Amino acid sequence: MSTYYTEDHEWIAVDGDVGTVGITKYAAEQLGDVVFVEVPEGGATYAKGDDMAVVESVKAASDVYAPVTGDVIEGNGELADAPETVNEDPEGKGWFCKLKLSSACELTGLMDAEAYKAYCKEL
Amino acid sequence: MRYLPLTPEDRAAMLNTIGAASVDDFYEDVPQSARLGTTIAGLPDHQGELAVERHMGRLAAKNRTASDGPFFVGCGAYKHHVPASVDMIIQRSEFLTTYTPYQPEIAQGTLQTLFEFQTQVAAMTAMDVANASMYDGSTSCAEAAVMACRATRRKKVVLSGGVHPHYADATRLLCEAQGIEVVQLPPAVDDELALIDFVDDETACLIGQSPNVFGTVTDLTPVADAAHEKKALMVSVFTEAVSLGLVTPPGEMGADIAVGEGQSIGNALNFGGPYVGLFACTQKLVRQMPGRLCGETVDADGNRGFVLTLSTREQHIRREKATSNICTNSGLCALAFTAHMTLLGGKGLRDLAVLNHEAACDLADALDSIPDVEILTPRFFNEFAFRTQMDAEAVLAMLEERGVLGGVRASRLLPDAGMGNVIIAAATECTTQEDIAAYAAALKEVV
Amino acid sequence: MTMQRIGRPTAPILGGGNAMETRSGSRGLQQREDLIFEIGSADKTGVDLPAPAGRKDRLGGVARKVDTGLPGLTEPEAVRHYMRLSQKNYAIDLGLFPLGSCTMKHNPRLNEKAARIPGFADIHPMQPQSTVQGALELIDELATWLTTLTGMPAVAMSPKAGAHGELCGMLAIREALIARGEADTRKRVLVPASAHGTNPATAIQCGFVVDEIKADARGRVDMEDLRGKLEDTHDVAGIMLTNPNTCGLFETDIRTIADLIHDAGGYFYCDGANFNAIVGRVRPGDLGVDAMHINLHKTFSTPHGGGGPGSGPTVLSEALAPYAPVPYVVNEGDGFRLIEEAEGEAAESFGRMVAFHGQMGMFVRALAYMLSHGADGLKQVAEDAVLNANYVQARLKDVMTPAFDGYCMHEALFSDAFTADGIETIDIAKALIDEGYHPMTMYFPLVVHGAMLIEPTETESKQELDRFCDALIGIAERAAEGDESLKGAPYLAPHSRLDETQAARKPILKWTPPAPAAIAAE
Repeated sequence: MSTYYTEDHEWIAVDGDVGTVGITKYAAEQLGDVVFVEVPEGGATYAKGDDMAVVESVKAASDVYAPVTGDVIEGNGELADAPETVNEDPEGKGWFCKLKLSSACELTGLMDAEAYKAYCKEL
Repeated sequence: MRYLPLTPEDRAAMLNTIGAASVDDFYEDVPQSARLGTTIAGLPDHQGELAVERHMGRLAAKNRTASDGPFFVGCGAYKHHVPASVDMIIQRSEFLTTYTPYQPEIAQGTLQTLFEFQTQVAAMTAMDVANASMYDGSTSCAEAAVMACRATRRKKVVLSGGVHPHYADATRLLCEAQGIEVVQLPPAVDDELALIDFVDDETACLIGQSPNVFGTVTDLTPVADAAHEKKALMVSVFTEAVSLGLVTPPGEMGADIAVGEGQSIGNALNFGGPYVGLFACTQKLVRQMPGRLCGETVDADGNRGFVLTLSTREQHIRREKATSNICTNSGLCALAFTAHMTLLGGKGLRDLAVLNHEAACDLADALDSIPDVEILTPRFFNEFAFRTQMDAEAVLAMLEERGVLGGVRASRLLPDAGMGNVIIAAATECTTQEDIAAYAAALKEVV
Repeated sequence: MTMQRIGRPTAPILGGGNAMETRSGSRGLQQREDLIFEIGSADKTGVDLPAPAGRKDRLGGVARKVDTGLPGLTEPEAVRHYMRLSQKNYAIDLGLFPLGSCTMKHNPRLNEKAARIPGFADIHPMQPQSTVQGALELIDELATWLTTLTGMPAVAMSPKAGAHGELCGMLAIREALIARGEADTRKRVLVPASAHGTNPATAIQCGFVVDEIKADARGRVDMEDLRGKLEDTHDVAGIMLTNPNTCGLFETDIRTIADLIHDAGGYFYCDGANFNAIVGRVRPGDLGVDAMHINLHKTFSTPHGGGGPGSGPTVLSEALAPYAPVPYVVNEGDGFRLIEEAEGEAAESFGRMVAFHGQMGMFVRALAYMLSHGADGLKQVAEDAVLNANYVQARLKDVMTPAFDGYCMHEALFSDAFTADGIETIDIAKALIDEGYHPMTMYFPLVVHGAMLIEPTETESKQELDRFCDALIGIAERAAEGDESLKGAPYLAPHSRLDETQAARKPILKWTPPAPAAIAAE
């Protein structure tokens, strides 16, 4: 299993043709206290870059984009009642959804952990 | 000038501190061609209080008030008695001259009253949650329609033939600007249930009204059922908030969104505004709501307090993705509403509703006894439509000559509905038996 | 994802300082007051109603099944309830209320008195027009003031508030585009990044798409960016521009902007929220404006009432006037007539936005204000408002960081550049509460980091301004030094900082009775 990162601060952990998507630790810290998350429902299809989810703090609402094209297998329903999970464990229990990838070659455009770390340093 | 504290000496000293020669320096960015050299022509110069009061008094004297004689005008605004203490409360400087409660540590007065207002409106409409008020009933109705489209991701709404025509106009305007299809059913005194036949898989909501513009009360449960069958929503509208004390409220009929006018409670007629829009919905739809919401929380010491919350729905944060462009609400009118409701309590509201209903029943009995008068509204709260053999405008004019303001002609609201002989009349707790007798006597002469 | 991190902490960081406890929960003049649901009861009422006759109803069975369950209070209890709550509010009648862009000025009481004359307050919007000629005359008179002050030919009186006025103006633009047969192609509305949130929200409500224009280093529209966005003109519907803008600055290139938009085939919507800075000195009609709302609750002093009601009459140019909404009043020489339907002479009208005829209660107050000031006084209003703001800016500029160089209009804008690490704009705002002031507007406009927008208005004396500046300078110096105690402010307010995060995570939007088990445990 390998994890990729986008410049818009989403991560995707890929296992076979299934990817688990969330927002990065860096993003979660920048947002401040997350108070609401709207995750996609199973069955929905998104193209790479589509608005896929919404994450809200008290002072801002941010759209989360699909890092790759795919069909949603399931959304993380736990986040509805416990949005703070996104702050506590953004790259673990705070995942947003699982996607069935349409085209694995889209992953090549994304960053690995090292590259993303360097990218954040520049911000 | 009595409202401007700066003296000429102050101004000179301040300019000196700033380092400017005159106030003209501050307007240097204004294009030369747009700078006015002198005072704008065609308007009077300043006046003292006495002169302004005289002017206002002269204009006011040209109007006939609702208390000047027998008065039966309704159709979305109603003459009710407002307790003296309500007006005293809303004139407290701390409520009257404060802003939106953006700094909750020094705005708990406003915030707690909004929380109480939301709780009262939710209970009265029998809905899960209510917001902190909208401009008025008509704009609430329009916002409900677009909210239903947002929630269902559909683009079609259906309005019954009993929805107040002004509400329907406001709704149609906002929807059409957003590419939402609006189906308007033909005007009908008693056909709210016709909505059932117009719901399909593209419909976002069915919008019905009870009591409707003709006064007819309807149990909209079948409309809600039909809507829900197609995964659409039911929006339940009312224009007379006092009816909620007696008539089946939106929540008991399965409404998903309830909207209405709150003027009747705590607010004067004011020739149409300011009024207070009531907006309530189910828990499921909270995040789709327009307008401000007040919520409970704690402060750093653990004490209960209230704040504006779920603001990410609103324009100041969400900007072009906001649920609505609304910013200002009707805070002070909502305060009048909640103060009057606090005085009434649930039992008082019910008793007040009964008085209204009985006055309207007495009026209907009195008018019904006149030959050539036909009561059209089969079931009503405090307002009903009736027909005579004559043009309604002429009838109302002749009643006015006899000192009676007898209601609203349906053709003023619905010019093309073929209702030229129909009058809509309302009675409230302010209506006396003498008023009713005067109306009946005058109408008998006229028709 | 989009990253919006501009803003403020929303959960308290330090505990408050309201340590001394009393047994009653009251603190001197600050009385503890619970919710009406906790102090009232179902059998109490503050309204004595006559007994119903008990006659048979005509509801046809459409009757409420479950009672509201709402408690009542007697009049003394109710009056005390609201009196006690009122003591927890700051108000302009108590002190300076420098909320930038909100224009908290004195609300003359004459206006309240006038609005309560029964001839205005106790008339019904659907009475025969012959019985409300004085009301129609008042609307016509106010309309004349508004068109004369703005130099515009027409005004729509029905919009209920500023954002509703924006809706009115943008719907008029939409209707004009429909009449030109270009509504389907001209969809793009240019909106500066510094705009009020209502502008982009309104454009979207009217079916337009928003194209954001940058601000330049001087806080004005970046003309290069604007010209770039107007290279392709076929889809341009118009621009929504606040002037003076939300940075408190007059848009220097306003005439050029108007010409560029008109040349591109679009219309110029001006957000008139800050008209109070220029009333009597500049007429928007001379700047090429096609539509502008006027917040009667800002420029013309109708009270804000804790969040409303407002009133947003919208002036329109010759190009847009035919599409004005119904209803409107016409002066027929021997009387006034209300045009209520979009047909006949009003056939081109875009329709009706709202029930009835607008915020009459606010019209009365605004006209009383205008008559009191007169044309001469209104000019003085603008000049004093601008003088006061520049005085505040001059007094603060050495300790705080002005966002832009040069004079401001009616409000002074500062960034948080002067604060030490760890001290934020919100800390300065909350410390102002302890000094007895309402905070300034914070974190708006978005184009300035940690923005603090201060609008004193013309109804403050020099002494009041000096006291305020002295207080703010003291706080600013502490902020520059990194005084951590600021993070616990306010210490002297009825409440310490409230936890907005908790409120949003688990929203409690109404009172619910405690569960029986909880009652038993008490």
